[in-house]
Amino acid sequence: MKKSYYLNMGPQHPAMHGVIRLILELEGERIQGCEVEFGYMHRAFEKHAESETWNNVIPWTDRLNYVSPLINNVGYCMAVEKLCGLSVPERGQYIRVIASEVSRLTDHLTCIGASAMELGAFTVFLYMIKAREFLYQCVDKLTGARITTSFTRVGGVKADLPEGFEEQLLSAFAEVRRVLREVDGLLTKNRIFYDRVNGTGRIGREEAIAYGITGPFLRSTGVPYDVRRASPYLVYDRLSFEVPVGGNGDNLDRYLVRMAEMEQSMRIVEQCFRQIPPGAHSLEDRELIEAGVMFDEGKAGKTGQLWKAEAAVDATLEGTGQRCAPHIQGPQRQYALPPKEETYGSIEGLMRHFEIIMWGRGVRPPAGECYQAVEGANGELGFHIYSDGTDRPYRVRCRPPCFFPMAALGKILVGENVADIIPTFGSVNMIAGEFER
Amino acid sequence: MNDEAFQTPGVLTSRLDAAIGWARKYSIFQYPFVTACCGMEYMSTAASHYDMDRFGAGLPRFSPRQADVLMVVGTISHKMSPVLKRIYEQMTDPKWVVAFGVCTCTGGFYDDYATVQGIDTIIPVDLYIPGCPPRPEAVLQGLMLLQEKIRKQGAGSGRQQP
Amino acid sequence: MSERIREALSGLLRAELLAFEGSGEEAQARVPVSRVRDALIALRDGLGFNMLVDLTACDLLRYPVSHQVGVTDPCQATQGDAWKEKNVTHERFELTYRLLSLDPESGLLGGRFAVKCRVSDGEIGPPSIRDLWPVADWLERELWDMFGVRFSDRPDIRRILLYEEFVGHPLRKDYPINKRQPLLASRLKADGEGISPAELRPKLVP
Repeated sequence: MKKSYYLNMGPQHPAMHGVIRLILELEGERIQGCEVEFGYMHRAFEKHAESETWNNVIPWTDRLNYVSPLINNVGYCMAVEKLCGLSVPERGQYIRVIASEVSRLTDHLTCIGASAMELGAFTVFLYMIKAREFLYQCVDKLTGARITTSFTRVGGVKADLPEGFEEQLLSAFAEVRRVLREVDGLLTKNRIFYDRVNGTGRIGREEAIAYGITGPFLRSTGVPYDVRRASPYLVYDRLSFEVPVGGNGDNLDRYLVRMAEMEQSMRIVEQCFRQIPPGAHSLEDRELIEAGVMFDEGKAGKTGQLWKAEAAVDATLEGTGQRCAPHIQGPQRQYALPPKEETYGSIEGLMRHFEIIMWGRGVRPPAGECYQAVEGANGELGFHIYSDGTDRPYRVRCRPPCFFPMAALGKILVGENVADIIPTFGSVNMIAGEFER
Repeated sequence: MNDEAFQTPGVLTSRLDAAIGWARKYSIFQYPFVTACCGMEYMSTAASHYDMDRFGAGLPRFSPRQADVLMVVGTISHKMSPVLKRIYEQMTDPKWVVAFGVCTCTGGFYDDYATVQGIDTIIPVDLYIPGCPPRPEAVLQGLMLLQEKIRKQGAGSGRQQP
Repeated sequence: MSERIREALSGLLRAELLAFEGSGEEAQARVPVSRVRDALIALRDGLGFNMLVDLTACDLLRYPVSHQVGVTDPCQATQGDAWKEKNVTHERFELTYRLLSLDPESGLLGGRFAVKCRVSDGEIGPPSIRDLWPVADWLERELWDMFGVRFSDRPDIRRILLYEEFVGHPLRKDYPINKRQPLLASRLKADGEGISPAELRPKLVP
């Protein structure tokens, strides 16, 4: 009679980058059963989002998927804008696309680098992190932070592209391409690497769909589903890019899909630089005139400048104070932040800035709910938002893309060897911050 | 080194102390307890651009028994806290703990039901590196401060164990 | 697409189709708890919704009645005390099953659809759908963990993100955000045993 035994892997294990515990039932080296235990990094994103104003949630979204924070920023802001019925100026949309694609690059570089390191290819890790560093320097220049970017705002982005950004990013791409060529030479036909990833961690197409898997993981099975292609948002419908797919749904395919996607991301950014129009990057804020004054001026015929202004309502009808009388809907719809130069340079700018940022004031999307999906680095990243018309989100649900392949992980691993856990888990690219929120 | 005879430092022992402190300073074997966002900056610091190896801290050991600096990198939740404590207890003396990132220092802006408000409520901490996440330059400065602390500590284990 | 869904659902549920609104990708329907599973089966097998994108909930405890789906006349809702916080436990949790119909060959969308149902506090929720979409196993465990919504054929459901010692369900509106339940007793509170607060403070190297 064969005897099985149990092995505990994690939550602190060098290959479980992040904090996952696998309870394996083994028979020799073969895995008979696998249970995934997680929650070691649950830090209440959804609860925090309920107690912050709409704009203040953005820093929390950085830390969902901290390998590609800009995509989270964009996804959350797009969901809020959908609720408000806003549309960002074209330049802002291009800047968001550029930011998202740079983030996708850093994500894939980290994913391949880290999983190659776990398979013993430490050089690849160093090369990939080197390439990522060049991109981080560009992100730093664009947003002022390397990782926790908080770049978008409801109604636009924090700032325009800085001077010299295009040249710096394009030269970073040259470095990335060089690294990718080197890594391709080091890994793709490397016998040791190939044997460990080829045919392991296999998942079928129907099964992947039943598990709700999206992103590179689904594309490796041959389904060319990409939110950017299937329901285009921002300006993705004007950009030409390919959706790389695999065929076998194994670790090798997932590695190849990610490698090919990085090239496509760089293509998208280069097209953006060619197409990006001049103009405003965010919604322009409008002057506030007290409702009574506006009424009087209009009656007196001084309408020349009024179209640029917006009527202000009494502050007691705004924000959290509004909850006491929700049937009185203040008409104030002020979403845009003043430019930073005005915030720091003039008292009016500073006041308008506070009107948007302070608790009890600020952005107030109309009551209702919406769901907005964007293509995250790991798949469909969705934000499902409820608004009750106050200054804070009523509920924010993040659909974490790596939750779904992780749910399938236990099933995929059954019948494999213990050594196959490492490449399979690496190719899921589990990011604890987003997985457990 | 805790024998009675060595309690009052003479010339020989204080020289030996200095030598041991100097040697320990440049042979930091760290255990990266990586959980969250700060791990990205930890990777950057360890890789070629910033190169932690210049400070004699190039080799992460993934066994607590072989490590002497516990780097706690990223948010620690209450569910994780027993694991962290156990790993700390498994490390052999002398050992030092670095709180990497503001979540490990104070809980950061995660003031909620799930997060431990600073790992110093669970284990003693020698060095705090605040930042969300700290930039690699800050990490390197922290590492140098830790080296200075190790050097001054000499041969003593430095800490009363709980 | 949404017209076809409306026909199919109203054919199946008749008067039990509580609400149907939106069109295109925003379309959604509200059904009673007992019929959720039937509706989902009909959508999956009849209309090709092969992917469960998300299963989530919202605690409506403090959601103003006037803004809720199904209240057609806002004036009616603002009469009397109806505009105050709802604060009742009847139909407290709104569950959303978000579906996607995906063509595996082209990777294009056939459509998106959301099915909703309301569960009262303390009431047993809808039957589990983990046999229809295996990922629902974890999503249902998350709902139990975060909201305390039970599924009728899963009496021994376990927590997923938090630990079993945790009391309460944090995403309920009446759970304070910073009510901590540490697994490990804080060393600062240790009386006599363990380390004293003074020793925990960072020591300055002279």
